Amino acid sequence: MIPELGQVALSLALAASIFLAATSFYGAQRSDAAWMSFARPAAQGMALLVAFAFGCLVYAFVSNDFSVLYVAQNSNSALPLQYRIAGAWGGHEGSLLLWTLMLGVWMVAVSLFSAHLPEDMVARVLGVMGLVSGGFLAFMLFTSNPFDRLLPAAPDGRDLNPLLQDPGMVLHPPMLYMGYVGFSVAFSFAVAALLSGRLDATWARWSRPWTTVAWAFLTVGIALGSGWAYYELGWGGWWFWDPVENASFMPWLTGTALIHSLAVTEKRGAFRSWTVLLAILAFALSLLGTFLVRSGVLTSVHAFATDPTRGIFILALLALVIGGSLLLYVWRAPKIGLGGGFEPLSRESFLLANNVIFASAAGSVLLGTLYPLALDASGLGKISVGPPYFEKMFVPLMAPALFLMGVGPLARWKKASLPDLASRLRWALAAAGLAALALPFAMGRWGVMVALGVLLAAWVAASGFVQLYEKVRNAASGVSAWTRLQGVPRATYGMLLAHFGVAVFVVGVTLVKGYESEKDVRMEPGDTVELGGYTFRFDGVRDVKGPNYVAGRAQIPVTRDGKSVATLYPEKRIYRVQNQPMTEAAIDTGFTRDLYVSLGDAVSDTAWVIRVHHKPFIDWIWGGCLLMALGGALAASDRRYRLAARRPREEYAVAAAR
Amino acid sequence: MTRFAIPIAIFVALLALLGIGLKLDPREVPSPLIGKAAPHFELPELHQAARTFSERDMLGKVWVLNVWASWCVSCREEHPVLLDLAASGAVPVYGLNYKDRREDGLAWLKGMGDPYKISIFDFDGRVGIDYGVYGVPETYVIDKSGIIRYKRIGPLTPEIVKEKLLPLVRELDRA
Repeated sequence: MIPELGQVALSLALAASIFLAATSFYGAQRSDAAWMSFARPAAQGMALLVAFAFGCLVYAFVSNDFSVLYVAQNSNSALPLQYRIAGAWGGHEGSLLLWTLMLGVWMVAVSLFSAHLPEDMVARVLGVMGLVSGGFLAFMLFTSNPFDRLLPAAPDGRDLNPLLQDPGMVLHPPMLYMGYVGFSVAFSFAVAALLSGRLDATWARWSRPWTTVAWAFLTVGIALGSGWAYYELGWGGWWFWDPVENASFMPWLTGTALIHSLAVTEKRGAFRSWTVLLAILAFALSLLGTFLVRSGVLTSVHAFATDPTRGIFILALLALVIGGSLLLYVWRAPKIGLGGGFEPLSRESFLLANNVIFASAAGSVLLGTLYPLALDASGLGKISVGPPYFEKMFVPLMAPALFLMGVGPLARWKKASLPDLASRLRWALAAAGLAALALPFAMGRWGVMVALGVLLAAWVAASGFVQLYEKVRNAASGVSAWTRLQGVPRATYGMLLAHFGVAVFVVGVTLVKGYESEKDVRMEPGDTVELGGYTFRFDGVRDVKGPNYVAGRAQIPVTRDGKSVATLYPEKRIYRVQNQPMTEAAIDTGFTRDLYVSLGDAVSDTAWVIRVHHKPFIDWIWGGCLLMALGGALAASDRRYRLAARRPREEYAVAAAR
Repeated sequence: MTRFAIPIAIFVALLALLGIGLKLDPREVPSPLIGKAAPHFELPELHQAARTFSERDMLGKVWVLNVWASWCVSCREEHPVLLDLAASGAVPVYGLNYKDRREDGLAWLKGMGDPYKISIFDFDGRVGIDYGVYGVPETYVIDKSGIIRYKRIGPLTPEIVKEKLLPLVRELDRA
């Protein structure tokens, strides 16, 4: 009964989304307030219906209703409760429902925090979002219904993929989808601006905080996914350039470019048509990512059952949403006009360079991801593109980006002066140079790539301090430093924090790459192995029983100079239902290093293959991502966006009259 | 105007590529085993553990080896196709029960129907490694002199059986 209610709710949600789109566009086009007034309640109603359907699905999982096909495929009565709940988004159908739910959450947020926007703008934005969610609801109902029944019911379920039975997987998809779907807000603002034909700087101001928040969610989502791959796959790597990872990375790169170009459009009115295009592209790449993951075009080894009709449906959706908005762009963009001019050396030009670099990076990831498909499609054989390609593309792109990141925020709008910048940044450069010389020596081995990485990271961090120092110094005299610091807007702190996060991230990547070490050894109980100054002793493996798996658990005490550091318990699990072996690595996390042990296969009754890793500064990678996301959240909470709430209506009216 | 049309032009090209991509099967990886002798094995049968079966027992016949497991979701989807193929009598179908528990495998065949003349029992997956099995189900067509002629990764569909597998079997039977 409950699944049928969920099904009905989804159908009603589809009807609501169509109603929303129809009334909003009609009302906005005729400037009819009565029609437009439907937009907010319809969006909220649709979101409630989707939330209700989602609740029904979670209920089916929690209550072990194996007469629902999707539950039978992705759950099991022995599965612990938290994974039964997370199982709701462990497969294709539920992922789509989660996607639509997140879209609903964003629509409700827009409907609540848009009191200061003109009605026709709100109606168009919600109308576009309604269209998108309608497309996804139709996709779900026609090809991927999570509530399809399995009659007669299965006696028990096939269990959730053991890889997904992990706390990281509980959080990763909701975060990632909040990011993906969050770009639909910037997209909808851009399309609404194109539709209304008023493409001045105001729409950029409105969509800025939304874009930043979506970007922050996406950052956390990708970091969680990377962290999950690190400890769950048992190889000790943190990024694999897998097509599915690339699918989430492309919107992130484009979103990063968008955040920066929105700044220029808002402050200086420049880059207008480019910003609109980026807003469309960021969401287009989110949809493309969904297509690549869900259609089976680039299927991963374990996902065997994919349905080609689903691929065709998503492709059609992609064509409609993105093709439609790009056509609109061709039609309207020529009328946008240019914004304020600027000199070749100015903050605008630095941000332009940022945009060129990030767009190229996104393009090169897209190329690497689709190249195997293109070759296959033209009958030239099957290849795969791996980390060597991506690393070759990324280092030369990101090194100048990091350098410019140190200079850009200090440059003045319109026209900057090179001698002035050089003199303001000389101490930052000196500090970075010193760090690049000294730090690799302190780590034990000096190398060019490590020195370069440290140089750039220290440069970004040091120039951040210069920016902060100048803010304090340039304030009116007679005011305490503390008051001056309080006067700095949150948006500035957010930017500084996010850029500092990038520096932390670069330190992590550089030092892991430069100094990580690992050993694969066969060990009998009592054997020891040394790595990175630590001694690992293998005390044997004993059997343990989990709720839905059995495991061999090794005990490995770690010592350093005779003093105990930690005891690690890596496991080799066999999940009973799917009979799938899983490696559960054991990690001792530290500020400056991780000790990572994974258990290989038994080579005799007592001897096992053990893999030990020493990973210096690896947690800085995720710490850096977290700082970037926090910076984004801080920037989005700037009071400017809230104070500006009252002003735009008038500005907008003026802009419209012009 | 033309400048602003560049994105849509790229997008249309991308759509075309993805459209073609949908028709391709990324799972159809050319196997290095095709045209080579089927790797040797001698394994106990699933139903009677005391008896063993080897690919050499099949010399002189064209036959199909299907890798399956009770824990494999796609095998369930494929199963009716195999039952039909076996019932048609066009070619003998043998099963390789891969990394499974004996009682699970037997219960599965009992519940779903058994298309296999014989299923062999590859508990630790060693034979699977020799055959380059990287996902279940997989299907091989082996000719009279023990050479692998065709490999399918992923479930068989009625179309594949009709358009690829059966014509090949007929051709090999004539040889």
